[in-house]
Amino acid sequence: MIDLINVNKSYNEFAVLKNINLSVKKGETLAIIGASGSGKSTLLKLMIGLQRPTSGEIWIKQQEISKLDEMQLDKIRLTMGMVFQYSALFDSMTVAENIGFGLTEHSDLSTAEIDKIVDEKLALVGLEKFKEYMPNELSGGMKKRVSLARAIAFEPEIILYDEPSSGLDPIMAGKIDKLIKYTQQQMGVTSVVVTHDMDSAYYIADRIAMIYNGEIIALGNAQIIKNSDDERVQEFISGGRIIR
Amino acid sequence: MAIIGSFILKRLAIWGGFILLLLDTLKQCRQMPRLRHVLRQMAHLGVDTLPIVALTMLFTGMVLTLQTAAEFIRFGAQSTIGGVVTIAVGRELGPVLTGVVAAGRVGAAITAEISTMKVTEQIDALKVMATNPIGYLVVPRLLACMIMLPLLVVFGDIIGSFGGWIIANYYDISSFMYMRSIDVFVISHDFTGGLIKAVFFGIIIAIIGCYYGLYAENGAEGVGKATTKSVVNAIIAIFFFNCFLSMILYR
Repeated sequence: MIDLINVNKSYNEFAVLKNINLSVKKGETLAIIGASGSGKSTLLKLMIGLQRPTSGEIWIKQQEISKLDEMQLDKIRLTMGMVFQYSALFDSMTVAENIGFGLTEHSDLSTAEIDKIVDEKLALVGLEKFKEYMPNELSGGMKKRVSLARAIAFEPEIILYDEPSSGLDPIMAGKIDKLIKYTQQQMGVTSVVVTHDMDSAYYIADRIAMIYNGEIIALGNAQIIKNSDDERVQEFISGGRIIR
Repeated sequence: MAIIGSFILKRLAIWGGFILLLLDTLKQCRQMPRLRHVLRQMAHLGVDTLPIVALTMLFTGMVLTLQTAAEFIRFGAQSTIGGVVTIAVGRELGPVLTGVVAAGRVGAAITAEISTMKVTEQIDALKVMATNPIGYLVVPRLLACMIMLPLLVVFGDIIGSFGGWIIANYYDISSFMYMRSIDVFVISHDFTGGLIKAVFFGIIIAIIGCYYGLYAENGAEGVGKATTKSVVNAIIAIFFFNCFLSMILYR
């Protein structure tokens, strides 16, 4: 579903990602872990064409996207959704308008039909009563849930999550994790989740990839990561409590 | 020399950016934007600017008459004041001052809104949802400014001339004489030329406002800097193009 082949990304000769090779199978959830500034979010932005790689190939659904123009990319993006780190809700629109945005812009559905889908998605994230609220009237956790509802409104095949539980209290973070798991199980979506919350990664991911200074240094299921011999992995997953 | 060269290169790069954005926007105009978006921008950018334009032009018309009336009366030319004020307002002061006021209010609003969207990843969210930010954000603003600036100038011209009339009355110039001189001296091109200028100023305000919004650097500081640059550059561009347009339209 998603294949990255020898992907490099540099800013002003500073290499952010080095020779990344990664595959995500259909229906799989991959968590990408790593310290802040290790290149996780850049990797996510490359996967949805918000940034272009310096070299290498990025294949989404058997199409190499790094050389497509914006119009061709848009066709692929219609099958993808993204939950941003700070939600990125349109602050001039209500919650309902945010969730229905993609459908309003890119489908022939009537207002009533869009409204029905918005209601369904809001019920899924438990925010039925906040349909007419503006984003600035919502808490951080609510915004994340609206962002998730917006990402799944178009029934995408792939969802990318950028730090979905960062800045949330443990209970709200747990709720978001359950929602991610639920959407994966119910809708069969392929997910890539960038996080540095290890509990979240173990709970939602089929496989975990760890990035360190722009390189993938570990890849496998939760057990493989937990049992990794690499000190850098052990230091990260133990929260720095292992002293080298 | 190196400093001057680098300054000129930077200015050229920025102006190149404006032109590229304008070309991209015209390309996006092939797909008609939703009327609702354009109307919303017209209300926001045009109608809400009317009070400040009206106030500016009222006082401009008043002060123009105030400065000229005494001199004109001294030379026995009081019968020309209405025409002179109206021509000055219609050809130059109406479009330029409306443009400058709109650059301060509308241009700043456009840049602040779009740059905030940029730094809060809302522009990326648009792209992710397969929506071209230029088509969605820039096209409606460009159309709204191109339509609303001339309309604001129409109101500004009438109010400016009305302001002149108020002060003319104070100098014992009768309403008939004031109106008669407008009728005798003013031709329709004095207004239409100003309206053509206003269309160009609308393009300048929208494109420069959107450019600085779309290319704002991160953080609150980035938004502030972008807004200031947008207003300053739009005002400079308005004065610059006004000079050329006056040469073309009124030579």
